[in-house]
Amino acid sequence: MENFSPGAAAIGGVLIGCATLLLWLMNGRLAGISSILGGLAQATPGDRWWRIAFIGGLIAAPLAYSAISAHGLPRITIAASPALLVAGGLLVGFGTRLGGGCTSGHGIWGTARLSKRSLVATAAFMASGMIVVFLLRHVFGG
Amino acid sequence: MTFWRIGAAFAAGLLFGLGLAVSRMIDPAKVQAFLDIAGNWDPSLAFVMLGAVSVAAVGFRFASNREHPILDRDFRAPTKTLVDRPLVAGAILFGIGWGLVGYCPGPALASLLLGRSETLLFVAAMLAGMGAHRCFELFGQRDRTAK
Repeated sequence: MENFSPGAAAIGGVLIGCATLLLWLMNGRLAGISSILGGLAQATPGDRWWRIAFIGGLIAAPLAYSAISAHGLPRITIAASPALLVAGGLLVGFGTRLGGGCTSGHGIWGTARLSKRSLVATAAFMASGMIVVFLLRHVFGG
Repeated sequence: MTFWRIGAAFAAGLLFGLGLAVSRMIDPAKVQAFLDIAGNWDPSLAFVMLGAVSVAAVGFRFASNREHPILDRDFRAPTKTLVDRPLVAGAILFGIGWGLVGYCPGPALASLLLGRSETLLFVAAMLAGMGAHRCFELFGQRDRTAK
């Protein structure tokens, strides 16, 4: 547990919660990333631009982070092989649309509203994610 | 009005992504370490969820006596309440992909500008998966109308 960072995690979480609230109070829309992105293809013209703006803000965020933090751009490590990246991407895209949400829509907003659907979905994706990482790291030793 | 709505959405996206960067949920290795309960477990992401859910829960209560949002006519929340098979199947499939790579949709988009080819490949596959679901949905509708 040497990488445990509860302080930064909680502060980041509060920022995410504030972003979710901002979109709800101002626009009356849910900050569910997979639904905002996935709904773009079917959106009516009046329902399109806020989606594009939200996604634009999300994509621009590392630049804002590097401007205000002492650490520069956020550092990330991706261990997955190209085959796993493709498989994972397809599953995340298809699964979030079929299940009507991801970590943000179900995990944060739905959980905050105690929606039964979101609580079930969150338990399901946490469990399957944990099982996959267990198999990946401790059974197949990848 | 539209201008302000678009501005508010941009600000919300920016703040959301900033939260992902500060909490380091943007880092797939950190996410996989959270999911790795049998290994060198890093419970940090539970604190991200806790922080975000608490703020959202308090704010939602606060907003629930408003008739409409500040910049729009109505609040739009999902109306479904039934726990059905697509919900559970979709969440399980999503969890498998999340575990394989350590990316969910938000962090994947928020790290696009970090210039990693892995992120691009993942996002392209994710969009393809969303497109595949759209086709699946359209075929389902056609089958239903055919009957």
